[in-house]
Amino acid sequence: MAELAIQLGVVLAYLLVALIIGVIAYRVTTNAAEDYYLADRSIGTIVLLFTTFATLLSAFTFFGGPNIAYAQGPEWILVMGVMDGVLFAILWYLIGYKQWLIGQKHGYVTLGEMLGDRFGSQTLRGLVALISLFWLFPYVMLQQMGAGEALTGLSNGVIPYWAGAALITLFMILYVVIAGMRGVAWTDTIQGLFMLSVTWIAVVWVLVAVGGIGVINSGLSSSNPEFLALGSDFYTPAYIISTAVVIAFGVTMFPQINQRFFVAKSDRVLKRSFTLWPVLVLLLFVPTFLLGTWAAGLDITVPEGANVLPVLLNEYTPVWFAALVIAGAMAAMMSSSDSMLLSGSSYFMRDLYKPFVTPDVSESREATLARIGVAVFATLAFFASLTRPGTLIEVGNTAFGGFAQLTLPVMIALYWGGVTRDGMFAGLVGGQLLYLSHVFVPTVTVDVAGMTLPLFARAYAGWDVALPAMVVGAVLVVTVSYATAPAPTEEHDRFVVSAD
Amino acid sequence: MADRIVDVLWVVAFALLTVFSVPWFLWGDGTVVAGLPAWLWWHIGWMVVATALFWQFTKRAWDRGMGVTNG
Repeated sequence: MAELAIQLGVVLAYLLVALIIGVIAYRVTTNAAEDYYLADRSIGTIVLLFTTFATLLSAFTFFGGPNIAYAQGPEWILVMGVMDGVLFAILWYLIGYKQWLIGQKHGYVTLGEMLGDRFGSQTLRGLVALISLFWLFPYVMLQQMGAGEALTGLSNGVIPYWAGAALITLFMILYVVIAGMRGVAWTDTIQGLFMLSVTWIAVVWVLVAVGGIGVINSGLSSSNPEFLALGSDFYTPAYIISTAVVIAFGVTMFPQINQRFFVAKSDRVLKRSFTLWPVLVLLLFVPTFLLGTWAAGLDITVPEGANVLPVLLNEYTPVWFAALVIAGAMAAMMSSSDSMLLSGSSYFMRDLYKPFVTPDVSESREATLARIGVAVFATLAFFASLTRPGTLIEVGNTAFGGFAQLTLPVMIALYWGGVTRDGMFAGLVGGQLLYLSHVFVPTVTVDVAGMTLPLFARAYAGWDVALPAMVVGAVLVVTVSYATAPAPTEEHDRFVVSAD
Repeated sequence: MADRIVDVLWVVAFALLTVFSVPWFLWGDGTVVAGLPAWLWWHIGWMVVATALFWQFTKRAWDRGMGVTNG
């Protein structure tokens, strides 16, 4: 009972302090210059490093990753390396910098706005916003699921799953309604620095407590002898490649990441972040995923429906420290969810509400509507998170797969002036429908020429269906663009940035 | 012409960087070096290489790649 009081006390106190600091930081920051998004040349590299870092701190990486490393081995570290360290960085340049250049010329703030203007279509603008909000929903759910499972693990099952999920939902809404603005650069920096420090302290603490890595490795060699060898029945080349590609492409279309491409004040922000991605991946994911893997070698038993990380920390570190790590992770998830929700509300107001409902809405009414929208969205996601449709990694993958269906059509449009409005619609709708049908239609098997083949499966021969769906979307964009004439309202030169 | 060759080299470098982010030649290998699998050490080194390569790219080809002369 005393343990539970410490755990709850630490978690609640930390979340409250984070909220209060967030609100104060927002109030004392008179203009947006402190904001990462509008970061000027004055912002230091360290601050830049940690604000970028804060965007990586989600339940997916912090709890989902260690869970899968515990269950299947540490190869997810490599998936993260290909995905976030290399592929996403390259896309950050190819999509992000190009969008930044275009945004500088035409003043766009959202992806839908940019595409709608280029193709002369409000419908396209609304469609892109709608698709983005649709896939944002499971990603918000993921944070709630992660928090629920974390507190269950921390309290050894005493705090029920729904309570943890409800707690983070409440704080998400409070943060948006009271502060009304994303976290400013230095609160992100403090949170990022804190999380990185406690993660590495946890690694050292566990190593010292168990008597060194040799003990863990010999435990692993008897419990899961296949864990340390690269690859397994689960981690096939097809799985590693398709997961990494789909997520890397999906992340670029994430509202809060994609908006950053438009509103960064200087391209220096984009350049530095580009360079730092692999370092961040290394600093964050190696320790967290190793902790998950080590839990398997240390014979840790995780209660049903709980995350492994808090259980491991409870076993080898003091109660208050384990609670502090979990609280810090939840606070970081809360502030990144917050920027997710705010980007989502900006998509909703700019690309859906104003063009299709009321064009001339007053500024104060717009702010009120945006806040109500966020509260409703987060509450609905909370109820959906109670159904627990899959593991953290599965729910995350599904959301990224949906965003990834936007990426290739957008990329082709950014670089090829020959894309027509019809081509764009065909690619977006085709890719989405194909992917959606595989997510929501149950798998059926059919017999073709004596072979049993699955239909509507989430993976074919180990390849995530999101990948072929991306290819289909890209092929549709190109072929339909060749077959159709541009609409009269299209602006072909909108995406041209070069001087020649 | 010289720029063209340099551009191709950048594309090749990025392709190699991506492909060998996973040390395929260590597939199935469970050799442990200093407590960690050899393939994990490869990953650690490779991320450092990626950072160095990206840094050079921002110095040399960032704007040229987009055909702009933005500062």
